[in-house]
Formats: sequence, structure tokens, C-alpha cells
Amino acid sequence: MSKEKTSIKKIFTDGLFDKNPILVQLLGTCATLAVTTSVSNGLAMGLSTTAVLVCSNLFISLLRNFIPKEVRIASYIVVISGFVTAIELLIKAFLPEINKSLGVFIPLIVVNCIILSRAESFASKNKPFLAMLDGVAMGAGFTMALVVVSAIREFLGSGTFLGVRVTPVSFEPALIFIMSAGAFFTLAFVIAGMNKIMDSVKKKAEKKEVK
Amino acid sequence: MVKELLLIAFAAIITENFIFSRFLGICPFLGVSEKPSTAMGMGFAVMFVMTIASALTWLVYKFILVPSGLEYIKTIAFILIIAALVQIIEMFLKKFIPALYQALGIYLPLITTNCAVLGAALLNIQNGFNFGESVVFGFAAAIGFTVALLIFAGVRERLKFATPPNAFKGLPLLLVSAGLIAMAFSGFSGISL
Repeated sequence: MSKEKTSIKKIFTDGLFDKNPILVQLLGTCATLAVTTSVSNGLAMGLSTTAVLVCSNLFISLLRNFIPKEVRIASYIVVISGFVTAIELLIKAFLPEINKSLGVFIPLIVVNCIILSRAESFASKNKPFLAMLDGVAMGAGFTMALVVVSAIREFLGSGTFLGVRVTPVSFEPALIFIMSAGAFFTLAFVIAGMNKIMDSVKKKAEKKEVK
Repeated sequence: MVKELLLIAFAAIITENFIFSRFLGICPFLGVSEKPSTAMGMGFAVMFVMTIASALTWLVYKFILVPSGLEYIKTIAFILIIAALVQIIEMFLKKFIPALYQALGIYLPLITTNCAVLGAALLNIQNGFNFGESVVFGFAAAIGFTVALLIFAGVRERLKFATPPNAFKGLPLLLVSAGLIAMAFSGFSGISL
């Protein structure tokens, strides 16, 4: 990372748009494809990942001067899996419904590459407060992408939004969108849409400079 | 007994393929499927690690975690076992089977963060498999992973000549192709076991 001061605004635009974990960096695709069958699942996954991300970023940043370089990845994994276990137990105790529908993907947050990559590339080099903000921003970007993908899939696949029916009875839901193939298609189109928007934003900025 | 094991294997390879129906191991699936040869290398490395990891995590869970009442730390325990196992296998191969190390070497470190391996270990416990079933499940799931990787590598060789719209270049194109293969695989789901 360059020496320029990392501003808070930049952290947030990075997390939400420029370096959005799913749509731009393509990290954590497994979770994205698997849990986005309904908005409530996507939201729950996004929020639990955010919680882990914020906690692990904070801790790793606090410990950044004590962890020897050679064993840093192993130490990060221990910190992360500790928090994942805590979240897993909390969800099991208070939100059994969510636990049932997310299943094995809650413990699998451990191997979600977003968390390890933020630990390595940001938290280990920045002060605790900034690292925490980075966790919030990246988590928000992740959650946003999950909600967009799952909203499309739930609407087209079951004709509902957050479990409430929003389409007329005559609308026949396209089952394929809840199935695995639909997951790939929806993510492909969302990323393509994002590319298109980013491109046009860039072009506009260039035009302005020319003028 | 044999029949049950065969059923588990069939489900893990075809009807509940790790990549196309469970979405485990998508990162390496997109990352190393550029050429059939690298796909094969990754596939073999995963088969190797996943089979041993399934056996080892099952034994640790049954004989260490359950008796001491520590089931709830299984995620931490499993990821550490897998990380250590990958490291040991790497050192062992380097020393004793250098030819195999040459072939699999670069893929081994990537496997620690392959969620398919941890996923298989956790699913073994969740499904209440016994030792034999766990090993078969781990091995079969890895075969399913390899099959998916090889099919996709073949498709990707053709995609090099495709001319998609600009916005679809790169990843979106890959995802659409993967979706089409997933559709083919979902055709198997009618086979109830």
C-alpha cells in the first residue's frame, strides 16, 4: 500500500464500489452463490460475515506488532475461526431458523477469502480504528452485493421479497433461479451490469476532464 | 454396506456435486481451470488431501472432541488439522516422492483455504457418517470436484475464441458457462436414492 494517508472516505468507497469484495475482487464466491436463494438468507450471511470481519480486523490490527511474520497466516486463521465459532454459537442459540437454512456455510465463513485477504492486506498494516472501519466498509459491500443477488433470485424464482408475495398470482415463478444454475447466471449478470456502470462512469469522468 | 457406500459415492460425485450443487470450492474452480493439465493437477492434490483430511478429522472429532465435550470448537480444530496436514504432506512429498511433489507442489498451499476440504469434514459430522462412510464421502466428493474442474477446463479452452460483449468479458462469461454446466448436472437430480 502506498504511503498516502488512507482517508475514511476512501475506505468506504473502496469497500462499497471500487474494491467491492464480490463484484470486483471476486472473493467469497462460494458463499455468494450458495446462500442467495432468499433475501433473508443473503442478509443474514452478509451480516454475520461483517461481524466476523470487523472483530477479526480489530484484533489482528491490535496484535499486528506481536505476531511474528513467519506464522502470521496461521495466527490469522486461529483468530478468525475463534470469532466464527462465537458467531455460530450465537446464531444457533438465538436464530435457529437462520441456522437451519444457512447450515454448513456459517462455519465455512472461516475459509471465506475476504476475511483473510483483509487481514493480510489491510488490518496487519493499519491502526485498529481504521482496520475496524475497513471491516465495516468491506462487510457493507459484501452484504450489499449479497442482497442485490438474492433479491433478484428471490423475485424471479419464488415471486416474493423477504418472504412476502409481491407478484400477481398469474406470475409463474421461474424455478431455475433458485436452483444452482440460476445462481451462476444471476451473479454473472450482476457483475456484467456493474462493469457496464463502472465503464460509463469512467467515460463521463474522462469527458469532463477533456472539457 | 457396500451398497450404502456406493450410494454415498454416487451422490457426492453426480447428484450433489460439490461445485455445481453445493457450491463448495468455487474459488479454485474459477482459478485453476484455465488448462486441463492444471485442472488435473489440482484435482489430484484435492483428492489426496480431502480423503486423508476426512479420515483424520473424523477420528479427532470422535476420539478427542466428543469425549472431552469440546464439539463446539470443531471448526477451529478442523481448520488447524487441515492446515497442518497440508504442510506435512508437502514436506513428505518433497522428501520421498519428488516427482509427485513437482506435479502437485504449487497446488498444495492453495488447498488450505479451499472450502471444499473443510466443507467435506463438516458435512461428514453433520450427516452422522461413520468412519468408512466419511472416507468414501471425502474421496468421492474430490472426484466430483475433479470431474467438474476437467469439464470446465475443456469449456474454457473454447471460450478463448468467443467474442462476448465488453461488460461480459472475463468473469461473467465464465459464470454463465458454469451455469450452463450446472443446468446439465441438475438433470441428474431426478435420480432419487
